[in-house]
Amino acid sequence: MIHTLAFYLFAVLVLASGAMVVLARNPVHSVLWLILAFFNAAGLMILVGAEFIAMLLVIVYVGAVAVLFLFVVMMLNIDFAELRAGFIKNAPLGAAIALILLVELVLGVGAYRAGVVELGEPLGNAAPLAGESNVENIGAILYSQYLFLFEMAGVILLVSMIGAIVLTHRDQRAARGHQNISKQVARRPEDATELKKPEVGQGVEL
Amino acid sequence: MDFATSFGLIIPEMILSVSGLILLLIAAWGGRESSQPVSIASCIALGAAFFLVAPSVCAGASGPDTLAFGGQFRADAFAGMAKLMIYAAAGAALVVAPAYFDRLKAMRPEFAVLVLFATLGMSIMVSAADLLTLYIGLEMNSLAAYVLAAYLRDDDRSAEAGLKYFVLGALASGILLFGMSLTYGFTGTTSFEGIRMATADGLNGGMLFGVIFMLAGLAFKISAVPFHMWTPDVYEGAPTPVTMFFASAPKVAAIALTARVALEAFGTQAEAWQQVVIFAALASIVVGALGAIGQKNIKRLLAYSSINNVGFILVGLAAANVSGASAMLIYLAFYVAMTVGSFVVVLMMRDENGEPVEGIGDLAGLSTTRPLMAWCLLAIMFSLAGIPPLMGFYGKWMVFQAAVEADLLALAAIGIGASVIGAFYYIKIVKVMFFDEPADVVKAKAGWEHWTLLAISTLFISPIAFLITGWLGSLADMAAAALFFAA
Repeated sequence: MIHTLAFYLFAVLVLASGAMVVLARNPVHSVLWLILAFFNAAGLMILVGAEFIAMLLVIVYVGAVAVLFLFVVMMLNIDFAELRAGFIKNAPLGAAIALILLVELVLGVGAYRAGVVELGEPLGNAAPLAGESNVENIGAILYSQYLFLFEMAGVILLVSMIGAIVLTHRDQRAARGHQNISKQVARRPEDATELKKPEVGQGVEL
Repeated sequence: MDFATSFGLIIPEMILSVSGLILLLIAAWGGRESSQPVSIASCIALGAAFFLVAPSVCAGASGPDTLAFGGQFRADAFAGMAKLMIYAAAGAALVVAPAYFDRLKAMRPEFAVLVLFATLGMSIMVSAADLLTLYIGLEMNSLAAYVLAAYLRDDDRSAEAGLKYFVLGALASGILLFGMSLTYGFTGTTSFEGIRMATADGLNGGMLFGVIFMLAGLAFKISAVPFHMWTPDVYEGAPTPVTMFFASAPKVAAIALTARVALEAFGTQAEAWQQVVIFAALASIVVGALGAIGQKNIKRLLAYSSINNVGFILVGLAAANVSGASAMLIYLAFYVAMTVGSFVVVLMMRDENGEPVEGIGDLAGLSTTRPLMAWCLLAIMFSLAGIPPLMGFYGKWMVFQAAVEADLLALAAIGIGASVIGAFYYIKIVKVMFFDEPADVVKAKAGWEHWTLLAISTLFISPIAFLITGWLGSLADMAAAALFFAA
């Protein structure tokens, strides 16, 4: 009962926030709705027992992808009103493409249902093992059988990071506004001020 | 699975990755001043990896003992021989790079680190015994290469080269992945051995599409026609030491990888991919030869020359037998030497202010102004043209012999005919150097490292090297046998 309730709760929220992503006027709000959609989708994944995918959704999609979207939306000065202006003009084309894709889907699934497409029998046993966590199992295989490839995939990410830094980082900063904090801290009152006791009627020589 | 043996087999890769990580930290803290020590340390790491790989090549390692990580990685003699060439070429690129970048004040320690990681990627590529290993190695090499192409980011041509390479490389990776997913879908395995067993009774439509798409993706990486269009632009725009690196090491890696996919994974179905390879070989020879004729820029000319040479190497692959694979390795060894030598000459072409010049016309009359350089380039050009006493001829001879053995007489005949077209533009350079009025442009003095590399590569392709062909041939035969034993 609770299971069903939770499913409908998450499902309705996914659909509603998905709709809001498209409908929101402010692009930043769209991204925030998208994040809500991801969280609820993660909830759905937990309900079907795929906790690893649920974690991936939160960590990768919310933590990285959505934040990246947010950066792009906020940092690049894109005129969304102008982008929307072409919408009506291109709507027939978009609708036509959507229709073609729909027809292809219907035909493909129809052909499969009718038994025209032979996909063969699956070889592996994909049923979940009872009482075992799939996070643990994926971890066990990544760090044993696929250890080498896993580590090397890490090196690839490192290489791409080095690349991004090498291509964008500039080490010489502008001379203006360069602050040397240690020099400022080391400066003593004696260096900056001078006490004079001028005689009455005489000025001070600086 | 025994981890100790597996780790024992990947020691060269571990040396490269660990030294890359340590040098990266040194680069991060040391800043620009650490460029020189980091470059030297990278060369030492490459040298260490070289000497660790060498014994397995000399012993002709093959068989199940060379498999690491449950059949994902194969450290046999074939991979070893390719690795030796890759490490040598990468080391050469590191040696000549500082002189080029220092002039532009662009030398940073990250250059050497990126070269190290690219080399690590190539090392993994040639040892791939699984589609996953193949892709991981390829991407590691490609990502580092994109950055290296755009290394002079303030130079428009370098940035353009990097962008072009990146966009087209990503497309090629996509095609390759599509082929890999089809292959996996229809064979149910990613390991080359498994694919070989699954395809033993013939290919079905999905597997055929898989192998064709994979070969198309790999043809991009080796710049075989019809996937060669990026090569002249990238080679011209990238900084010259990087171009030298691109033309040598990744070519070896990608060709060895293609040979592994074709002969190991799809080895039982040679007739399925042979037509594709024969077409790519002939088209590369012809397009490489014709495209080079009109070139004014020597880097573009050498790009077409590398397309042409890839065609000859693919003739060896098309033969699909042990002697063909062995001929490919021999050709590759001489090709690397010729490429390094010719690009060292390009690096030595600098005017009195030290600015690099790249026009073929700037070489005019080099025989009177810089006789030694001119004679070295003459030897390299004659060797590239395949003129007999030089070793370029020997490589071509081996490749065509293998093709004739495999009853590909038409392929061999057309290839030999087209190599005459190629000879035209190589000899044109010699004519410009020896018979034209001196342009007297090349004036700057070159450093000892340039002369050393030029001397080594010229000696390696000179007739003296006939003394080592027997030894080299036996190494290549053992390596090719290892490839076929694995299969």
